[in-house]
Amino acid sequence: MTAKLVLENLKHKPMRSLLSMFLIAVPVTLILCLVGLSQGMLADSARRARGIGADIMVRPPGTSVLTLSGAPIPEKLVDLIQRKPHVALAIGMIVHPVTSVTFVSGIDLAQFNQMSGGFKYQEGGPFQGPDDLIVDEYYARQHKLHAGEHVTDVLNHRWRVSGIAEGGKLAHLSVPMRTLQDLTGNTAKVSQIFVKADRPANIPAVMAELKAFLGPAYNIYTMEEFTSLLTVENVQGGALSTFIDVMVGIGVVIGFAVVLLSMYMAVLQRTREIGILKALGASRWFILKIILAEAVVMGLGGTVVGIGLSFLARWLIQSLYPASLTQAITPIWWPIAGGISLAGVLLGALYPGLSAAAQDPIEALAYE
Amino acid sequence: MSEPLIEIRGLQKIYRVGKVDVPALRGVDLDVPAGEFLAIVGPSGSGKSTLFHIIGGLTPATGGSVRIGGQDISSLSDAGRTELRKTKVGFVFQKFNLLPNLTAADNIAIARHIAGRGQTVEPEFEEVLKLLGIAQRLNHKPAALSGGEQQRVAIARAIVNHPAILLADEPTGNLDSENSAAVLDVMRDLNRRLGQTILMITHNPEAAAFAHRTVRMRDGRIA
Repeated sequence: MTAKLVLENLKHKPMRSLLSMFLIAVPVTLILCLVGLSQGMLADSARRARGIGADIMVRPPGTSVLTLSGAPIPEKLVDLIQRKPHVALAIGMIVHPVTSVTFVSGIDLAQFNQMSGGFKYQEGGPFQGPDDLIVDEYYARQHKLHAGEHVTDVLNHRWRVSGIAEGGKLAHLSVPMRTLQDLTGNTAKVSQIFVKADRPANIPAVMAELKAFLGPAYNIYTMEEFTSLLTVENVQGGALSTFIDVMVGIGVVIGFAVVLLSMYMAVLQRTREIGILKALGASRWFILKIILAEAVVMGLGGTVVGIGLSFLARWLIQSLYPASLTQAITPIWWPIAGGISLAGVLLGALYPGLSAAAQDPIEALAYE
Repeated sequence: MSEPLIEIRGLQKIYRVGKVDVPALRGVDLDVPAGEFLAIVGPSGSGKSTLFHIIGGLTPATGGSVRIGGQDISSLSDAGRTELRKTKVGFVFQKFNLLPNLTAADNIAIARHIAGRGQTVEPEFEEVLKLLGIAQRLNHKPAALSGGEQQRVAIARAIVNHPAILLADEPTGNLDSENSAAVLDVMRDLNRRLGQTILMITHNPEAAAFAHRTVRMRDGRIA
């Protein structure tokens, strides 16, 4: 009967109930999108790194798994590493930012093909000249590019799109290494070196050899290590993790505020009904229970709507910015986001609920 | 002679309005035997409603005593008065006071639910519903019922838990004469057939005529 009363109360003011659920859904969606984008982009980076086909990655001093700037490694180091025992192939690569989330890679295409197995082209093909550009399918879709077209918004240089490749390997944009080195003033320098061992069993030996050869300043990872370090906790020294915590806190506050206002309004509107229930012998707990139950239903409804909106957000991101942003769907966060919104709504419903429970029945019955 | 169902002695109620004490009841003495249909009349401000509110456990007394079935209710805590409302009294109000979101049947069921009696009415209560003439209207919400029907649903809700006392505060105040007569007939029937003790506040002498006895209040006392 309590459940029926709660549902009938919610149905009685459908706009108020739906609007409250929608507002509760907003922080749920924000949390799920933020977590989804963080994890999605990190997973995408890991997938692209694995797509290179290397066993070991050498990064210059002063970098981390998530930060890489400039091209401070002398290119001749690539040749020296190539000569180390059990090294099947070592290739240098220069990476330069185009936007805050998009990078262009300068590669020696022949060597890259040898290490990764090569691009699979959906249109066009490999570089034909020094000003050629290979873009992946996501970048091409986002920027509506086709093979043979020219672009000028990458490093203010006129490039010809020689090919559109399947995604999942390297950066979204690849150009000949020499061109990128010259354009960025890094002639004969690379940003990082990828190494393939002759046999997987020899990876530890190559690692040891490279550490001894390059010294402790260089960051040397097996690709497994590197991809496992691409976590939310590692981004900007835990800053992303803290940011997510802040968003979660904001979610609780929004849920709290929305439900506080909504339920306070509901209690005011239903003062007389509360008086009727009290006249029938309803206890304070009974009244409080009804208010809290309404808030919980709105919180659960808001969570479901919020989860639905996170799918909508992902669809929008995939449609509009396939090369810039990757949002993962994170079901493990659904109960967490639900718990956060429930905490907010219960806190928000507590004051209106307690004030309803404490109402004087005579005054409540006289309320117009 | 058996003990009256309701025994009121020296009942006082003082409301505090700002910094001023306003006496609403100034020493009411009243006995009501079980099974009586009592009308209470008097001008506005005479203390009728306050007397009802104290007997019904909606507010505590300031002084004096009220015994219902031998139990002194004047010293009950808030929880004790809640229990009293749940088990010993049923209210009928001038404005019907049905829960607008629930059907007539659910308005009756929630009274049983609050009293911890389950939701389904007893088979014999079906007869009462027929007597009230609302058996066919139970699936409607209050907005779809006439004033007379709403008041009869309110009466059904008030007596569904078999309270010792039915307190009716101007039950015909919002009804036309035809519906007023129907509601008063029903109350008299309930009193006669079920022995339901009824206290009814009214301004209407015709309504008071349905009762066994009429007491008049003036200035917080029984006149």
